[in-house]
Amino acid sequence: MSAIVETRGLTREFTVRDGRRRRRLTAVDDLTVRVEPGEAVGYIGANGAGKSTTIKMLTGILVPTSGTVTTCGLRPVKDRRRLARQVGVVFGQRSQLWWDLPVRESFRILAAIHALPAATERARTAELVDRLEMADFLTTPVRQLSLGQRMRAEVAAALLHAPRLVILDEPTIGLDVLSKQRLREFLIAERRTHGTTLLLTTHDMGDVQRLCDRVLIIDHGRLAYDGDLVGLGRATGAERVLVVDLVGPSPDLTGIPAARHLSSEAHGLRQRLSFDAEATTAARVFAAVAERVEVLDFTVEEPDIEDVVRRIYAARR
Amino acid sequence: MRAMTRVYWRLLGAGFRRQSTYRLAALGGLVANTTFGLLKVAVLFATVRAAGGDVAGYDLGRMSTYIWLSQALLGSINLSGRTDIAERIKDGQVAVDFLRPLDVQAAEVTTAVGGALFALIPRGIPMLAIGGFVGMALPASPAAYPLSALSLLLGIVISVAAAYLVGVAGFWLVETRGPQICYMVVSGFLAGLFVPIQLFPRWLELTAQATPFPSMMMYPIDILAGRVGPAGALTLLAVQLAWLAAVGGLGQALTRAGRRHLEVQGG
Amino acid sequence: MIFLRRSGGPRPGVTDELALRVRLRPYRAVLASRARSQASYRANFALDLVSSFLAALVELAEVWVLFHAVTRLGGLEFHQILLVFGLADLAFSLADLAVGHCDNLPTYLRAGTLDVFYLRPQPLLLQLATSDITLRRLARASVGLVALIAGLAVNDIAWGVGAVALLVVALASGCATFAAMFVWAGALQFFLIDGAEMTNAFVYGGRYAATQPASVWSRPLKAVFGFFFPMAFAGFLPTLRLLDLPAPAWLPTWLGWCGPLAALWAWAMALLCWHWGVRHYRGGGG
Repeated sequence: MSAIVETRGLTREFTVRDGRRRRRLTAVDDLTVRVEPGEAVGYIGANGAGKSTTIKMLTGILVPTSGTVTTCGLRPVKDRRRLARQVGVVFGQRSQLWWDLPVRESFRILAAIHALPAATERARTAELVDRLEMADFLTTPVRQLSLGQRMRAEVAAALLHAPRLVILDEPTIGLDVLSKQRLREFLIAERRTHGTTLLLTTHDMGDVQRLCDRVLIIDHGRLAYDGDLVGLGRATGAERVLVVDLVGPSPDLTGIPAARHLSSEAHGLRQRLSFDAEATTAARVFAAVAERVEVLDFTVEEPDIEDVVRRIYAARR
Repeated sequence: MRAMTRVYWRLLGAGFRRQSTYRLAALGGLVANTTFGLLKVAVLFATVRAAGGDVAGYDLGRMSTYIWLSQALLGSINLSGRTDIAERIKDGQVAVDFLRPLDVQAAEVTTAVGGALFALIPRGIPMLAIGGFVGMALPASPAAYPLSALSLLLGIVISVAAAYLVGVAGFWLVETRGPQICYMVVSGFLAGLFVPIQLFPRWLELTAQATPFPSMMMYPIDILAGRVGPAGALTLLAVQLAWLAAVGGLGQALTRAGRRHLEVQGG
Repeated sequence: MIFLRRSGGPRPGVTDELALRVRLRPYRAVLASRARSQASYRANFALDLVSSFLAALVELAEVWVLFHAVTRLGGLEFHQILLVFGLADLAFSLADLAVGHCDNLPTYLRAGTLDVFYLRPQPLLLQLATSDITLRRLARASVGLVALIAGLAVNDIAWGVGAVALLVVALASGCATFAAMFVWAGALQFFLIDGAEMTNAFVYGGRYAATQPASVWSRPLKAVFGFFFPMAFAGFLPTLRLLDLPAPAWLPTWLGWCGPLAALWAWAMALLCWHWGVRHYRGGGG
């Protein structure tokens, strides 16, 4: 089967005016990537690393300076309109909905825009409303929605025409834990039932861990890492952290298998243990802790994505 | 008192500098004002000629002065009714303004006047240069120059203070765009932007004179074009001062009422 | 779209009509919802109608006061200029109603809304043109319409197929020309930041010019608003032809029939600028 995204030497330069002088800035530099249908790819990098520029080239908004790109087997700039029927994009920052119209109305317009037959429109809308739990606010104007509700509506709007490729730009930014969780579950289900390919940029390691089986890291427009999460963990040594609140003061919890004691607070009432996600699981570490002391509460902290990126960047220099 | 003067002096300067950042906009304004100016020349000169060389005290030279001076003032006289205060009332920022040890009305008007004075440089001078090039009538009496400069300043302040009234209507109205557009339409017409008000039918001219709009643009031009002598100029200045007191006083009263309204409604 | 071609009926004509209807559905859906949402804010909408009506009325008054001061201007009397005003202003108002929101392109560019248009399977310009409709401008159009009807009533017109055809052609091509002006101005916003005032000089200055007797213009003005931006074709030239008035220099009366050519020229210019603008935005070859 042919690739859903394929770039060869993809490069994009901008001319920026720096006071009086003009200078060339390379936003994407010689990017060669192939994404197969059904993959879920996290596209990660610092602000200004070239993520948005890449997405704009994949969708035909920007013309590459050099190199080639095909998306869904089409040339994005030349075949923009045909491509639009196969791609759905969610921009975390800009809305595709009509802010003064009820959500349902926006969906109807989008169905007309994508020329969905009436039966398909009904079925797909019902599916999305059900899976994204939007029934409560279907008749609310978009401008009155909470951020979480709006984001769900945005995702539904981008996926209404059942695109083969879904690109999500910071989909969970600013969302509360529950909303994030819901959105992730939806995307997992969507991928499972429709075989949709996912490409998402994010600052949230949780998104990557729950959703992606492949990670691309971009640094100053260049591809810095392409591989799975296990490899990323190995490459960076980034670890997850188990934080436990204990019932009574206890000595430091050292000697837990595959885990390392980081710190204790308030006479050991709160302790932090880091562990390598590849060597063990949070459940196993927790079980080992619970055998020794009585635990009141616990949380698992994900490695900070900025930290992972920083380590990758540092390793390259 | 001196500290107070300094504050307003600085606000004036800030308004002046802020305008100076919009260079391309100023160029666009120049093109626009010249184009409209040429269209006005065509139709108004034809009117003067059709009337046998003089219409309501305007010969070709005075009409030229009227046209290029009114185009020169376009960037400085607020005939649009658009103000910063309207935005700040809408987004609630005005509550912060009330906390400052400044008079909200005076601060707003001063800043806007600063911007308006700056606009005279990129937008006013080129229009006057065109007028000078094609020929304008100038007043016979040298006293007319300081009088028209004063009248011009008063005109700018009146226009800004009157537009402020539209802005503060936002304390009571949810949406001020409708009134603002109505204001823009009526003010330009009655200020004599497209046709000098002396060319109006008598009843319409009297209607215009019953509003502050001719004080913004028409009267300064009348003085500089020499359509009125020094005595007439002093009368027009007195009328301008009266209108300034009226719109200024009303603005002050509305600002206070608006503040009370905010305190009661809780913003 | 594939399902459509497959579901073609027995007669090709029917299929084409069906295809066209489906093709127009997206635009209809957007426009209908825009219209509904504007009318639903009753109080604001009423006030918008009033201010729009007032604006057009004042524009008419600006013409009228001149003819109050003198009886004849540029060879026309007030009842004749009424026809010029009616034709030009109605055409402008209808174009403004339909595509006047192209003025908002700088806002779309700054907010990134334009990128969203790229993600939809319709042509970009068509999406922009049909992304909104400003119903309050109906009030504006009503003034132009009344002026036109009054102008037709008070003038001595040799009614016949030719006169009706001339009116229809003039109005339709005037409308198209003004629409092209809005698109042209929008296209230049890709290059000009904060430069809307410059293009406004020709769009709104064009409207002002179109309601004047073009016979009073100087030669440079005739070049700019007579031909480059073909404003004289919207009202003045068809009126000369309709009322059989003497032609001024440079503007023979047979030009009264040439509105469609003017519209074609305006659209060619608008589309060329649009093409350049989009190229610049996408960064191809720039």
